[in-house]
This record gives sequence, structure tokens and C-alpha cells, in this order.
Amino acid sequence: MKLLNHYLPVLVLLAMTACGSSDDSDQRSSVLSRAISTDPESLDIHKARSLQALDVLRDLGEGLVSHTASGELTPGVAESWEMADDGLSYTFHLRADAKWSNGDPVTAADFSFAVKRLKEPATGAFYAQFLSDVTSLEALDDQTLLISLAQPTPYLLSLLTHPATFPMHAGGFAEHGERFARPGNLVSNGAYALEAWVPGSLLTLKRNPHYWNNANTAIDEVRHLVLVQESTQLARYRAGEIDITSTVPSENFAETRKQFGEQLHIAPYQNVYYYGYNLTRPPFRDKPKLRQALSMAVDREVLVDKVLGRGETPAYSWVPVGVNDYVPTVFSYADLTQDERNQIARRLYKEAGYSDENPLDVEIRYNTSDTHRAIAVAVQSMWRDALGFDATLVNEEFQVLLANMKARELTQVFRSSWVGDYDDAHTFLSVFLSDSPSNVPGYSSDEFDDLMLRASQQVDADLRRVYLEEAERVLLEDHAVIPLYFYVSKHLVSPRVEGWGDNFLDYHYSQHLSLKAAD
Amino acid sequence: MMRYALHRLLWAIPTLLLVIVLAFLMVHAAPGGPFDDERAPHPDVLATVEASYHLDEPLPQQLGRYLYGLIQGDLGPSFRYPNYSVSELIGHGFPASLKLGALAMLLAVLVGVSAGTFAALRQGSLTDRAVMSFAMTGISIPVFVVAPVLVLLLAVKLHWLPAGWSGSAGAAKYVLPVITLALPQIAYIARLTRASMIDVLGRDFIRTARAQGLGTRSIIRVHALKPAMLPVLSYMGPAIAAILTGSVVVEQVFGIPGLGASFVQGALNRDYTLVLGIVIFYATLIIALNLIVDVLYGVIDPRVRQQ
Repeated sequence: MKLLNHYLPVLVLLAMTACGSSDDSDQRSSVLSRAISTDPESLDIHKARSLQALDVLRDLGEGLVSHTASGELTPGVAESWEMADDGLSYTFHLRADAKWSNGDPVTAADFSFAVKRLKEPATGAFYAQFLSDVTSLEALDDQTLLISLAQPTPYLLSLLTHPATFPMHAGGFAEHGERFARPGNLVSNGAYALEAWVPGSLLTLKRNPHYWNNANTAIDEVRHLVLVQESTQLARYRAGEIDITSTVPSENFAETRKQFGEQLHIAPYQNVYYYGYNLTRPPFRDKPKLRQALSMAVDREVLVDKVLGRGETPAYSWVPVGVNDYVPTVFSYADLTQDERNQIARRLYKEAGYSDENPLDVEIRYNTSDTHRAIAVAVQSMWRDALGFDATLVNEEFQVLLANMKARELTQVFRSSWVGDYDDAHTFLSVFLSDSPSNVPGYSSDEFDDLMLRASQQVDADLRRVYLEEAERVLLEDHAVIPLYFYVSKHLVSPRVEGWGDNFLDYHYSQHLSLKAAD
Repeated sequence: MMRYALHRLLWAIPTLLLVIVLAFLMVHAAPGGPFDDERAPHPDVLATVEASYHLDEPLPQQLGRYLYGLIQGDLGPSFRYPNYSVSELIGHGFPASLKLGALAMLLAVLVGVSAGTFAALRQGSLTDRAVMSFAMTGISIPVFVVAPVLVLLLAVKLHWLPAGWSGSAGAAKYVLPVITLALPQIAYIARLTRASMIDVLGRDFIRTARAQGLGTRSIIRVHALKPAMLPVLSYMGPAIAAILTGSVVVEQVFGIPGLGASFVQGALNRDYTLVLGIVIFYATLIIALNLIVDVLYGVIDPRVRQQ
């Protein structure tokens, strides 16, 4: 009994902590909790660069054009628009009732102000080149915006859904300067306004009562919880503390699928997983046959079925299947069986000057992750079986890999991926323009550049598509990269959430969702 | 005593300076930079951004600039979070780590010292062995195993406690992280206390006290506890510093916005200033706590004062 004296403080402590957990069960019915896998680096539309920051910004702001729950384009701040016959200008008509979270009207000038800052080099915006084809943005009056283009940009509407092209509240910027996007300062024009932000933990968004479509916004409060570990997301989902996960752990995936059934949402996603070659150095410089041999010897069906098994699809093209108004060109060998591919691959490998006596000596670099390692091991063994050489696997921390990719000195084969920025083949193909900063392999083809240029000059959508498809054919024939598979988006969505739409962009605006009343 | 403390304090300055310079050189030597990304920005944009953080200057100049800012108490802007300064981020992260750490340490000392003393008094008995086996288990099972198991059992299966921190209301969210953090400390402190207590109980002055007819309770409380606490105390300095600056694993498993997670994410993101800021903060804390422990030593053990 005397021992109790020792433990009394501890018991008091535990009793204290066990009490106050009942305070928000009443509100739970109108609060949506969703996980994001990293903290947004900034809610400044021009400083944000991670997919997670963009996800939060899509709740806070709205561009001229927006998306439906299923990812279709729909009017946003603009209620209608017309394109000029030559495709070189668009006139947007803004809603009279579009308002900022402080009640001010959203005007055409707010858009021209924002785009000016986006393009200003001093801003240092990561998406500064995003609107490089836009020559001017002119506010004809408060509700009319004229956008002029250097060349027809059929994906302009899709670009205008991107947070980098959202409007800015000029008054807020004038008052707070670069600190305008902090909690307490941020004036936003979307369905929600920023209530609080605890870095590394939680962003709380509250309904923006001035939003033009407020009447159709069901959920009052949205919490974006920063949960870095996939297993933590799963645990909190299972404990009923979050309604939507941003991903699902790859371990025990089959079990998760069995346990959650309909709650597990898997959908094709605009993201390609690929192995890039360093095209600027031996052994791959000027060796298209060798590059083709390596590409053909990878059994992509085995990768997606045996190694991944979550619904991913094998990639025989660079542009993912599902991109708006586009039919990806596929490798000419896509119809062959893997045995047939391996035979040709062996021949090409020999023609490139390699043999069992003189095997290729090559390194595969990938960043730390169980999935990346499993893929690398599988590819290594496929190359060994089909071509008879042993690739060396080099695991690097992500920033080290990026630095090596950029330097193009050490890298030979590297793992990477590309997520689309907008729903158009251009966001994928433009990576390989000779002057693209994201062209890590160092691909440079006059023919490809020329086809891309021609595509950008077409007003006619069908003709443009033909040029893009032709550009992709050139890219694939040059074997600049080995596309391995197309990602799927993976979410657990609570049965109490309604209005969820699986879509190729993997955008899920909170304003489209609603919550079933508690039973 | 004052002179001793002052002496130690003065030594802290060059120590800290050395830590800062080494840390500065190390973060800058790591390959990759804070603005590298799969979707590379335009070279002009990258140059502008890097210049705005003075990354285009030679390293010694950057170091000088950093130290100059530091003297004025400025830890610089975060490279990863352009809207936050490093001081703000530490200011956000530290309170959570502090609260958790303080509660965990309190729990660890109370339970650890009691269990250790309890076991020491019954040396060799079954209770002793049970307590020590528990302590051994507590030390050996890593936190990244304990935490998910506790979550699975108490949050997912039984729904007694929240599984995570962010978005959970009330103080219940403290329970699992505090227990997880405290477990290995309880175990360690229990073992330290037991060993030290057994040693002290065998000393002559305790025998004298017994011969004078004092009961076990007052012998422990009046005579044995203080000297037996000395090893525990010297362990506590660095342990408190470590626990207060946050456990990466506990913070990531429970989603707590503490300094540990910021430090690791900062290192992965090459957020030079954030990493440096936390290193400096941590180093200062360790130096300060060690100093406090040394002073307390003098309070508890008069012999130290006289030396």
C-alpha cells in the first residue's frame, strides 16, 4: 500500500490524460480528416512544388477552370470562355459572385497579377515556365480576361486548373509581402480557407462562406494530417481516426485488399515508373541497339504481376494509357512474347559488341525504398537470364541519386518517375525536348524536337495528336528510357465518405465530398 | 562552485563553435541540394532561388554570414519551408517534444527508481529477477516494435486510446507516445538504480545506521537514496537532452510534430539551416543539462563541492 505513494503521481497523470477525449465527437460528422504524406513546403501558389502542397492548394484556391470529382474539366472562377479561331487567344468570363475568403470579389486583375508574379524571375517559382506560351494576360474589365498565346496551346484549360495559375489577392500580398501565405494572412478563393497550420502535423481548413459554390459544399472542416509513414496512415485509418489515406502500404497488400474490399480504391494514375539511361556517356551513348536489348529483356508482365501486384500496368509507351485525347504509341515489340523479345534482345546485345566473354558492366542506381529494390533485383535477374550479364545494384539516398542524375557523370541506369502536371500528352513528351531541365537522360533529337514544335503549332486537335504520337514513336525507337510500368493511385476511403471519384489525375477536391450522418 | 560553473560555461563557447563549424561543413558536403527535384526547375529559376539564399557564394563566406546571423540570434530562413524561419520551426516543434519528453522522463524516473530500489532490497529473489527481466526486455525491444504493437493493441483493436497525435483531441493522445518513450528509460534507470543501491547498501555507513536500529525505510530514504542516485543523475543529463529533442521513431509512428521528425526530414530535404539550427539547439541543451547535472552533483554529494 505504501508503494502506492510512489505511483500516485503517475496514476494521477494517466487519469488526467485519460479524461478529456470527448470534446469533438459531436463535430466529427462535419469534419473530414485526410492524410497527406509530407508537409506542404508552402501554401504560396508560386512556391509550392510537391504534389501534397498542390493537393492542399486545390482545397484552398480555384483557377479559371476546375475539375469534377471524376477529373473532368468544369468551369471554375470562369463561368464560360471562348477560343479565337486561330487558337491564339481565349476570352474568359468570370463569375460575378466569385469571392475571396474575406468577401472581396475575385477579379480578372487578380489573375493577371498572379501570373505576372509567377513569371517574374525574382519570385523563383518552380512552375515559372508553366505559362511560357502565354504572351499576355489582359483584364478587359473586372470580369473579362483575355489570354493571348504565342502558339495554340490546346491544354491551356488543363493548365488553368493548376494551382500555379490560381489568382492572388493583391491586397493580401501588398499587406504581408512574401508572408502572405501564412496562416492568419492567407486570403484564398476556393471552397476552404486556411484556419491553422502546425508544420509537420496538421493543416486545418474551414469552409469559405464567400465561395460562390458554398451552397454545394457539404463539409465544414477539412483536416489534412501529415502522416509520413504509410503504416501510420493505415493504423490511423483502422482506428477510425482518418477518413482517407493518401496511399496504402505495399507490405501485406493482399491482406489489406481482403480486409477492406470496397474501401480500397485503386485507379490508373498519370505516373510512369522508368529506368533512364545516361545518354551522354558510354556505354549507352550512341548505342540504341544496346538500349533496345536491355529494354526488351525486361519482362514487364512479371514486374506488375509478381513484384508489384497492386493493379499497375506494364508500360510499353512513355505516355501513360488514359491521358486525355491521346493514344500512346507503343514499342514495336509489344505484340511479341517475352521469349521472342529475349531472342531479339540477345541478337542486339551481340551486335552491340557484348557476349558472355565480354559482358556488359553496368550499374543500376535507385533511391531507398523496398519497392525500388525489389524492381531492381527483378530487372537484374531478367538481364542475367536473357543477356547473361550481372548489373550492379547501387542504392542511394534520394537527394544523392538526384544529384548524380543531374551531374550525368556516375549514372548509367537510374530509377525515376514522371507525374503529369496537366491532363495532356505534352506534360510527358515535353520532358525530352533538348532544352528541358527535366530531361535527365540527356536525350537530344532534332527529329523529336521538330515534331513537338509542329504539334504545338496545330490548331486542329487531330493533326496535333498525330504529331505528338509521331514524336513518341521517335522517342521510343531511340530507346532513351525504359518505361517499366504505370502507377495506380491507392486510397482507403471510409464508407462514411460520399462523392469520391476515382480519377486518372488522382485529384480529390474536398468540396466534392460529403459525410454520411453518424448512425 | 560558482567558479567551477563559470569555468564550464566559458568552455561551452568554443565547444559550441566547433560543433557549428563541423555541422555546417558536413551538411554542405552532403551530395544534392535543397532545391533538387525530379521535376527540375528552369536553370534561371534555380539560380535565382539559390542566389536568394546566398548558396552561390563561396563556402567560407556562407559560414561567416551564418555565424554573423547566429550572434544576433538569427538561425536563418528554412530552405524547405520558404514561409518559415528556422527559429519558428524549432519554436513549433520543441513544445511538443518538451511536453512528451518531460512526461516520459517523469514516468521513467518514478517507475524506474522505485522498481530498481524494490529489486535491490530483494536481491536474488524471484521479484528481483522478474523486475530485472522486465528491464532487460524493455531495453532490448526497439521502439519501432513497441510503438506499432501498442497502437495495434490499444488503439486499433481495443479503441481505448487514439492511434495518433495530429487531429486527436484531448490529452489521451499523450498516453501511448509517453509510454513508448518511457519504457526503455524505465528499464535503464531501474537497472542503474538497482546496481547502485546494492553497492550503497553494502557500505559501512549503512551498516552503522542499521546498528543504530534504524528501519529499512528510513535507511533508504535518509541515507541510501541520495548516494545511490548519483549514477542515475549523470545518466539523466544526456538522456533528458535526447528525449526532449524528440525521438524520430516515436514522432513518425504517432505523427507528432516534434523536433526529431523535423531533423530527419530536414536532413533528407537538405534543409541546411533547419538541420544546423536543430544541431545547435541540441548541442546547447546537452551542454546546459550536463552543467546542471554537475552542479546538482555538488548539491547531493558534498565531497564534490570541496574538490
